[in-house]
Amino acid sequence: MTTHVEFRNVAKSFDGHTNVVEDINLEIPRGEFLTLLGPSGSGKTTCLMMLAGFESPTAGEILVDGKSVQDVPAHRRAFGIVFQSYALFPHMSVAKNLAFPLEVRGIETARRNELVDRALKLVQLEGFGSRKPNQLSGGQQQRVAIARALVYEPELVLMDEPLGALDRQLREEMQYEIRRIQEEVGVTMIYVTHDQGEAMVLSDRIAVFEAGRIKQLAAPITLYEEPDDPFVASFIGENNRLFGTVTQVGEALCTVDVDGHTIQAAQVAEDTSPGDKVVVVIRPERVSILQSDHSLSNSQEATVLSITFVGDHLRVQLDTCGNPDFIAKIPNIAGHGSVLKGDKVNIGWATLDCRALPIL
Amino acid sequence: MGKLKASSLALPLIAFVVVTLLVPIFSLVRLSVYDSTVAEALPKTAEVLQAWSGTELPSIEVYETLAEELIAAQETRELGRVASRVNRILSGSRSTISKTPRRFARTDAPDAREEFIEIDEDWGELAIWHALRQATDTFTSRNFLQAVDFRLMPDGSIERMPESQQVYVTLFIRTLGVSIAVTALCFLIGYPMAYAMAHASSGWARILLVLVLIPFWTSLLVRTTSWIVILQQQGVLNDIFVFLGIVADDNRLTMVHNMTGTLVAMTQVLLPFMILPLYSVMTNIPRDLTKAASSLGANPFQAFVRVYFPNSLPGVAAGGLLVFILSIGYYITPALVGGSKGQLISNLIAYHLQTSLNWGLAAALSVILLVGVIVLYVVYDRFIGIDRMKLG
Ligand SMILES: Nc1ncnc2c1ncn2[C@@H]1O[C@H](COP(=O)(O)OP(=O)(O)OP(=O)(O)O)[C@@H](O)[C@H]1O
Ligand SMILES: [Mg+2]
Repeated sequence: MTTHVEFRNVAKSFDGHTNVVEDINLEIPRGEFLTLLGPSGSGKTTCLMMLAGFESPTAGEILVDGKSVQDVPAHRRAFGIVFQSYALFPHMSVAKNLAFPLEVRGIETARRNELVDRALKLVQLEGFGSRKPNQLSGGQQQRVAIARALVYEPELVLMDEPLGALDRQLREEMQYEIRRIQEEVGVTMIYVTHDQGEAMVLSDRIAVFEAGRIKQLAAPITLYEEPDDPFVASFIGENNRLFGTVTQVGEALCTVDVDGHTIQAAQVAEDTSPGDKVVVVIRPERVSILQSDHSLSNSQEATVLSITFVGDHLRVQLDTCGNPDFIAKIPNIAGHGSVLKGDKVNIGWATLDCRALPIL
Repeated sequence: MGKLKASSLALPLIAFVVVTLLVPIFSLVRLSVYDSTVAEALPKTAEVLQAWSGTELPSIEVYETLAEELIAAQETRELGRVASRVNRILSGSRSTISKTPRRFARTDAPDAREEFIEIDEDWGELAIWHALRQATDTFTSRNFLQAVDFRLMPDGSIERMPESQQVYVTLFIRTLGVSIAVTALCFLIGYPMAYAMAHASSGWARILLVLVLIPFWTSLLVRTTSWIVILQQQGVLNDIFVFLGIVADDNRLTMVHNMTGTLVAMTQVLLPFMILPLYSVMTNIPRDLTKAASSLGANPFQAFVRVYFPNSLPGVAAGGLLVFILSIGYYITPALVGGSKGQLISNLIAYHLQTSLNWGLAAALSVILLVGVIVLYVVYDRFIGIDRMKLG
């Protein structure tokens, strides 16, 4: 697969001394669905706007198809962009909105109408062409915005938190639609969101942003199962965190001392050595409450502080290894009733389910 | 019940609008078509003249009735007003009427008719009687006819004013032209200014806004007279032109006390009314719209023409209507800097109110102006839609 878009050491500063984004390196193959995920203010929109041509990088360069786009004005870049606000033209009907990019490209009327109809069909809005944007629901407007970004068949589509304003059900529907359309049309998609669930569902790969830097760039499952950064570990899904010091380093494993308790963890950084400060992360659903006759590589004593019934699982808050906020998710199956608030229990988890991440 | 209470709270406001707006408009319209001065001063004459054939002099009895009432009118000091009303219909008849009651004592003619004719030969002509009969009509179209350069002849026929006296139509057209020109100028200057304000950094935007508002804090009189200082032949602008060698010292431009003065000063005075609605509409146009347009392939010019400008139209509509309506009735500025060539219809209305005291004509001119504005407003509403325009 060929590289479609590339960021090389890109940095951006608005005020001349603080960098809003820094050292961004990305290689996006053609046809990929890449999500930029990160908390508010982490520089996602800034990256997108630099790629779109509305901002220019203060350092580094952006390449599209191997060529720098430094001197290409926004209107010549020919990317499809879906803005967070949709940015539909309120004075034009839906069909006119869709025809706009075709008109400015001088495409003749018959072909134009054909493309507009096809785009409307793609987003399942046939028959809405004559409406004005303010006569549409939020989800419909959203779909018009997507159709407009696709109608002139761009090879690269950028979407900036397009689903932010929608309620959950509609959002899930639209996520499905977006993915379907992207696969159908085969465009390269760069998608911005701060909703990690959305990112997991949609993306081929996710770039996790924090404070203007990419913390980890990987497929959703890798981010979830093998985060190699404390921020990523806590940002993607829920994770228990235990702070400790490495005492022993083995082959891809290490032993960590947490508040006097010894924990075996998968070792993430190659250069980990005894004495390093690390955070050990364990997914709540990987923690079991052990019956007396079982044992796991990591087994600790814990006190049950509270139990919340969530439906398909129980959420048990435990005090263990000096962390009074340790969560275990216990599947809702027969026998769970044996755990009661105030009980002293043994909990355990597999070595490979917990990772020692270096604290910088 | 709750609704009733809520609307009763609005009663003082409704009363205020009625008293300050509807009542004056009603009395204005009434003034333009209704005048009972003569009918009230000469009630019996009015009555008998209705039966008069109009083809020959009225009967002796009519002369007698008139004599009686003229004497009575003289005593109640109504005579002067009666004479001036008749004079508006038949010029020259003022003196005929006002001198008549004073002279009855000095004649010794056999009957009333002879007496009248002895006092003034005009009483033997049909014209003055036609004029008198017309003056006794309480409802008249005379003012409106005059306001469009026609006149009601004493015999009831309608004729164009002689060329030398045709002023009002020209003036209406001039007023319309000036209003359109001022509106256009305000748009041409105001649009880029509002755009600059709406797109400047917030610090600059505030400074520009203050600059636009400063004129509001200055007296209109001061602003207008300062234009005289700037534009007059020995004024600042001419000095600069001469200094720069653009015009010769003995050939200084006349820019004030004519149309140029009116246009320049009115545009400056009305500019804020264009800028403010535009500014408020422009600040509400999402920045993403133009970005979206260029991301879709529109160059900056296309993005402006096809996306930005249409979205600023409600501001253009509001500002345009405001400036236009204000300039149609503009008075002080043309009066001060307009000279004789830069006068507008409101200056003539003021003249008839204050100097010639022909309130009926002033009212008719005002009514025409008012109707014109209303018609324009309705047309405007049809094509642009009042609900689409935004004042802020
Ligand atoms: N035009 C600008 N001038 C100055 N600072 C800016 C500008 N645009 C963005 N920033 C700053 O850059 C940082 C990153 O902004 P950006 O919009 O890229 O964040 P984001 O990741 O998109 O956040 P969100 O999820 O809230 O949209 C923020 O701290 C923001 O204040
Ligand atoms: Mg953003």
